[in-house]
Amino acid sequence: MATAAFSHEREHYLNKEYGIRSWLLTTDHKRIALLYLVSITFFFFIGGFLALLIRLELLTPAGDLVQADTYNKLFTMHGQIMVFFFLIPSIPAVLGNFLVPLMIGAKDLAFPRINLLSWYLYILGGILMLHVLLTGGVDTGWTFYTPFSTAFSNTKVIEAGVAIFINGFSSILTGLNFVVTIHRMRAPGMTFSRLPLFIWAHYATSIIQLLGTPVLAITLLLVVFERAFNLGIFDPNRGGDPLLFQHLFWFYSHPAVYIMILPAMAVESEVVACFARKRIFGYNFVAMSSIAIAVFGFLVWAHHMFVAGISLYSALIFSILSYLVAVPSAIKVFNWTATMYKGSVSFTTPMLYAFGFIGLFTMGGLTGLFLAALGLDVHVTDTYFVIAHFHYIMVGGAVMGYLGGLHFWWPKISGRMYPEAWGRLAALLVFIGFNLTFFPQFILGYLGMPRRYWQYPPEFQVLNVLSTAGSTILAVGYLLPMVYFLWSMRYGKIADANPWGAAGLEWMTSSPPPTFNFDETPEVTWEAYNYEHIPAAAEVPVER
Amino acid sequence: MFDNLPLWPARASTTAGSVDALYIFLVALSLFVSVAIFTMICIFALRYRQRKGREAEQVEGSTILELTWSAIPLAIFLFIFAWGAVVYFKERTPPRGATQIYVVAKQWMWKLQHEEGQREINELHVPVGRDVEMIMTSQDVIHSFYVPAFRIKQDVLPGRYTTLWFHATRSGTYHLFCAEYCGTQHSGMIGQVVVLEPAQYEAWLSGGLASGSLASNGQNIFQQLGCVTCHRSDTQGRGPNLVGLFGKRVPLEDGRTVIADENYVRESILNPSAKIVSGFKPIMPVFQGLVSEEQLNALIAYIKSLNQPPAGAAATPSLVSPSTKPQEPKE
Repeated sequence: MATAAFSHEREHYLNKEYGIRSWLLTTDHKRIALLYLVSITFFFFIGGFLALLIRLELLTPAGDLVQADTYNKLFTMHGQIMVFFFLIPSIPAVLGNFLVPLMIGAKDLAFPRINLLSWYLYILGGILMLHVLLTGGVDTGWTFYTPFSTAFSNTKVIEAGVAIFINGFSSILTGLNFVVTIHRMRAPGMTFSRLPLFIWAHYATSIIQLLGTPVLAITLLLVVFERAFNLGIFDPNRGGDPLLFQHLFWFYSHPAVYIMILPAMAVESEVVACFARKRIFGYNFVAMSSIAIAVFGFLVWAHHMFVAGISLYSALIFSILSYLVAVPSAIKVFNWTATMYKGSVSFTTPMLYAFGFIGLFTMGGLTGLFLAALGLDVHVTDTYFVIAHFHYIMVGGAVMGYLGGLHFWWPKISGRMYPEAWGRLAALLVFIGFNLTFFPQFILGYLGMPRRYWQYPPEFQVLNVLSTAGSTILAVGYLLPMVYFLWSMRYGKIADANPWGAAGLEWMTSSPPPTFNFDETPEVTWEAYNYEHIPAAAEVPVER
Repeated sequence: MFDNLPLWPARASTTAGSVDALYIFLVALSLFVSVAIFTMICIFALRYRQRKGREAEQVEGSTILELTWSAIPLAIFLFIFAWGAVVYFKERTPPRGATQIYVVAKQWMWKLQHEEGQREINELHVPVGRDVEMIMTSQDVIHSFYVPAFRIKQDVLPGRYTTLWFHATRSGTYHLFCAEYCGTQHSGMIGQVVVLEPAQYEAWLSGGLASGSLASNGQNIFQQLGCVTCHRSDTQGRGPNLVGLFGKRVPLEDGRTVIADENYVRESILNPSAKIVSGFKPIMPVFQGLVSEEQLNALIAYIKSLNQPPAGAAATPSLVSPSTKPQEPKE
């Protein structure tokens, strides 16, 4: 960029205005993305701290570090904070917010002020959740199962329910904004078939957020009302049905898993294409598999309920539908792998995360086959097998995707390069720490250790110690990027517009981008991932 | 060494073998798939790593390849589905003639009632080689009855009965866990299943302090609560005759029919006007809150026992008065 050579700095979205007001009242999607980045990082470390306390308690079979009630609150709040205040907003609200307009050649999202409102709703819900955490906590499990949550728990169920209810609207508004933006604001020539797969996956995610989240909101309101006014919707003594709650809850909360994993798949497609320097193999199939996952994802909720007391025949239906939703996920894994065929593969930090993602997501997906198998699910459901399975998907998949994406677009977001060697080291630590933490839990689960146990029979101890050891490595792996990202903002090497030599409109504007993203509205005349026309870049190390 | 680091759970029921077989198949399949994908990634990443002077070759996708790697997984998935469904069907269908044991779960203990009258807390004695069916309900929140050595689990709900069954194959003492989070002492809601050889089991049965069978307890409650005044064993009662009722199809006043199973009998005691039997008036008082879960179980056991005609009587609903002689359950 010619302007970068001048001594005074080029104007971009970060230096256009200064001061706290310019951030809290911004309607720039990039600044809002950074607001989200800071807030979800805060909640990630709170949730992670709770997880460490859980792992420390489980070092010994006896319940000796914290009280039983405290332990129950720890895993409850770990789940609620990580799911609702970190994982669900993570990629969409940070990377999606930053990149959706850039990738389609728009100046901003369709509703910039609604975008800011969604962040304030997130913060409002978050403050309420912190209030719950600091004034006694909640102990229902993140799943709020009735009648325990409505009639038996003595903790702050109503406040936690309201916090998640409010937070849900932030998710709905983000989804709404993306759907409208992707339909209405694409640059000239940017047809649907030219969209990056990142956009396709975010489109699918947004549909789930729009259609699913209201159901969660209604369900939580029912819990709050039942608890406050004794309505009797879930109380069998008044003709209510506790299983009704589980149906409603999982109708949202199973698709919610796809809200977490589809955006990680979105990142995966961009990163693999860039560092294999190839168009994604089977673009149409990868794009359509995102939509298929979003649609089928709504039809599998009762696979969480095979031992809950549903009828034999409905269990059969939900089992077979769960196998159908596994097909599009498998298609994606095969296509990412095939993308590297005859490519030109480099092992940068984002690519290491992408490899990690494929490996861990594959393990998570394969163990999902175990859980969808009815006769086997009876034994392993509600044990550590399930815990391991969904952490492979939600941490091994979603968080690896998030971290990979954060590294990949960090030069665009901050205008600086992160230190590559530290990045690779952290990626390696995360991968090793993750597997050491969660792999032993598969074995624990098959042995029969139930989840949410404060104390456990002594024969399970060795595997639990391994898991706790792994979690400390994982913690270091997560802390490192925070340190060197902060460091790089001041000391990192200046990034040029396209340090990776990547395809995509976001790389055609300067780093960091100007407030309205492009000096001139781009006109798209090429397909996505046209790597044959993009020169390889200096930042990517080349072997001789 | 495996006392401290067990890698496989004890296998002590007929179900355990079939669950383990499916598990082993899936572990093998997962290993194969992970190794295959891992190998492909390594080969591609190393073979096609970036080098000076070499550019990526753009390869378009291949529809045939896409369809192949969609269809093959789909076929495998459907196979796993079918296998899992077969195992599940067996797990969820109690064999006829199984010994019935009633379970009442509460925060934070398991209460068990045997047909023979024995009661236990957090400990369940069962014999090797017999089908045992658990009929379970909860007094408060949802619990889950889980015996890893049997590979069986079933949530236990308030307000209704759920069932599970097993056929123990090996004597020993096994964990009984609550697997659905139920509050403070969830992890303390554990117990043991003691599987005994038949002779030891008989000795255990006769050594207890049981005061009459569960059904005879039920009969006493039936009389104490005055049920007997209307539910007479002739056709003159103001309530339906209960002899031979259990398991039969019952015509209702609104034209529907229901099977008289545990959940129906339970509802008809607690909230009688919910389903009125054809030809009768809704005059029965509500017993919600007046009978405990254990008493309900005894009443149900008693009503079931009315299906066995006493020696010499005809199989058709007879005129035998339930108040004359306690009728022992089978065996």
